[in-house]
Amino acid sequence: MAGYADPGFDTLALHAGATPDATGARAVPIHLTTSFVFESSEHAASLFNLERAGHVYSRISNPTNAVLEQRISALEGGVGAISVASGQAALHLSIATLMGAGSHIVASSALYGGSHNLLHYTLRRFGIETTFVKPGDLEGWRAAVRPNTKLFFGETVGNPGLDVLNTPEVAAIAHANGVPLLVDSTLTSPWLVKPFTQGADLVYHSATKFLSGHGTVMGGLVVDGGSFDWDASGKFPELSEPYEGFHNMVFTEEASVGAFLLRARREGLRDFGACLSPHSAWLILQGIETLSLRMERHMRNTERVVEFLAKHPLVARVGHPLLESHPDHALAQRLLPRGAGSVFTFDIQGSRKQGQAFVEALKVFSHLANVGDCRSLVIHPASTTHFRMDDEALARGGIGQGTIRLSIGLEEPDDLLDDLKRALRVAEKAGA
Amino acid sequence: MQFEVNNASLYCYTGGRAFDASKPTVVMIHGVLNDHSVWILQSRYLAHHGWNVLALDLPGHCRSGGAPATSVEEAAHWVIALLDAAGVAKAALVGHSLGSLVALETAARAPARVSQLVLVGCAYPMQVSPALIEASLNSPMKALEMVNVFSRSTLAPPPSALGPGSWIFGASMALGKHVLASNKDINLFHTGFVACDSYRNGEAAIEQLTCPTLFVLGEVDQMTPPKAAKGLIAKAKNARVVMLPGGHHQMTETPEPMLKALVDFLEP
Repeated sequence: MAGYADPGFDTLALHAGATPDATGARAVPIHLTTSFVFESSEHAASLFNLERAGHVYSRISNPTNAVLEQRISALEGGVGAISVASGQAALHLSIATLMGAGSHIVASSALYGGSHNLLHYTLRRFGIETTFVKPGDLEGWRAAVRPNTKLFFGETVGNPGLDVLNTPEVAAIAHANGVPLLVDSTLTSPWLVKPFTQGADLVYHSATKFLSGHGTVMGGLVVDGGSFDWDASGKFPELSEPYEGFHNMVFTEEASVGAFLLRARREGLRDFGACLSPHSAWLILQGIETLSLRMERHMRNTERVVEFLAKHPLVARVGHPLLESHPDHALAQRLLPRGAGSVFTFDIQGSRKQGQAFVEALKVFSHLANVGDCRSLVIHPASTTHFRMDDEALARGGIGQGTIRLSIGLEEPDDLLDDLKRALRVAEKAGA
Repeated sequence: MQFEVNNASLYCYTGGRAFDASKPTVVMIHGVLNDHSVWILQSRYLAHHGWNVLALDLPGHCRSGGAPATSVEEAAHWVIALLDAAGVAKAALVGHSLGSLVALETAARAPARVSQLVLVGCAYPMQVSPALIEASLNSPMKALEMVNVFSRSTLAPPPSALGPGSWIFGASMALGKHVLASNKDINLFHTGFVACDSYRNGEAAIEQLTCPTLFVLGEVDQMTPPKAAKGLIAKAKNARVVMLPGGHHQMTETPEPMLKALVDFLEP
């Protein structure tokens, strides 16, 4: 039933969460205010006690941020979302809401370096341990579960090797063990895949990347699919038993679905405070409005670049599931029919020096530490984003010393190919 | 909290306050594929403003045991038994959709036990199309989507039960799946729709009532359009009507006007 009551993706990307306000403003207003006036003392008390819904203080919620939260929920098919200061803040909020010291996580080994740092180094200091398994090793996921395991975590496509997470199978193993699956969908965005439809329970984004899309803003979003039964699991007293920090509220009693969101906002934003600026929320909303147009072009340009690199004599390997040579080619065809993203790696034949010469010779591609910009980007992971990992850990993540990561932007594809051709010639000469 | 009712354990949310039979009591009855949580804002508010709240999960739903009621009359029997079990002599009844019919029938069967009646998203007869009844049995996910599409009135709902950032459409879809999954033996979707569709005592019930009655309707409600309540309203002796600017998700899409309607009516 198409139409207003049952709108499609592109309509939701423009309209979900927003309607002209009393001023008639068509675009979403930016509510740059720390706080919101109460109608009365009684109104104030009701808001604080969750008897009425509304905004109190922008660390907890803000009308502009709420539009963003509703919009990503609509696009992902979730029950609600929380906007935070960065993708890392979204990951931390998710974990900190669900567990404390003495807990255990099973995570994919193919993760963004920042996520690996948080899990492997920082959270360990707080008593939360992580076992890393290759994303495609289903038996490994199963075997890694301990009695204190609280979460499975992976990326829809692993950064930077584009290992495709077998979300349906990994979710099934998680659920059989009474734990939810959290998925980082930053590199795919809801335009390429909606992980809730494949069994994930929580999804987060670094909105800094494709959602905002212009390399202008930091932000993160965590979305609750409302599907995980926290009571039935019995592993989450944080949600299913009285919480002393909020009038002994039992979150699963208050919210038969979405209990995670209640605690994440009422505790996580209140106490950890990694809130998103309303101005940043607005910039991310601007990006989401053109998400489908951009993603389509990202995918078209990526196809051209992958095809070009795969045939180039100086290129030893291109790691994109578009190619049959990629180990997850078939899985990507099944789970990611619109494409496996525009961030991928390739290896230049020759020395590390030649790799550096290649990166430095590029003119259209920008050498920087980001992905998902409308401009094309390049970086050398081993010396930057993943520099804390040793050779063994790098290899587990599919990264070599000569690996180059590209994020394909929206430029004219012929210009991108010319830039790559020229830089590869420079790299070739550097090896002579 | 749980009450022993008809040899089953019936769950009632009490709004974050301990049950206190000395206060005036309001009983809140949800509709098809919902549970107590659909009332969360209104029930929590009332519980902190002088009322004793019993927002039940209907039998066989979520936290309540027992066999699901197969008719409005049977569900009304459970509500009266709940009042007995809780030691509540008289209560205000608030029902939504199927729950509004249950509240109406309860009031007709036990008029001395009901102080006020609030019928939210009410229609009579509450006909459900044969296609939807069939889909609820054989394609429940498709039927659930249809119901939520019909129930939605806005793409920009205000802050709601899960706070700002709630997406009511998604939350209602997830709640429907959760409730459906809560009973492995009986299809609560189909049972609920059949109960709505087959109820025939609405006009007779409202004609015999004298307690104050409030109809809370959604002006663009496609599930229970306001015009479908006209017959009941015409036969009610002591009724008021509040029209909310929304659809069938009165409690979550229009939570503030819904609360105001309740408070204005229930307060002496």
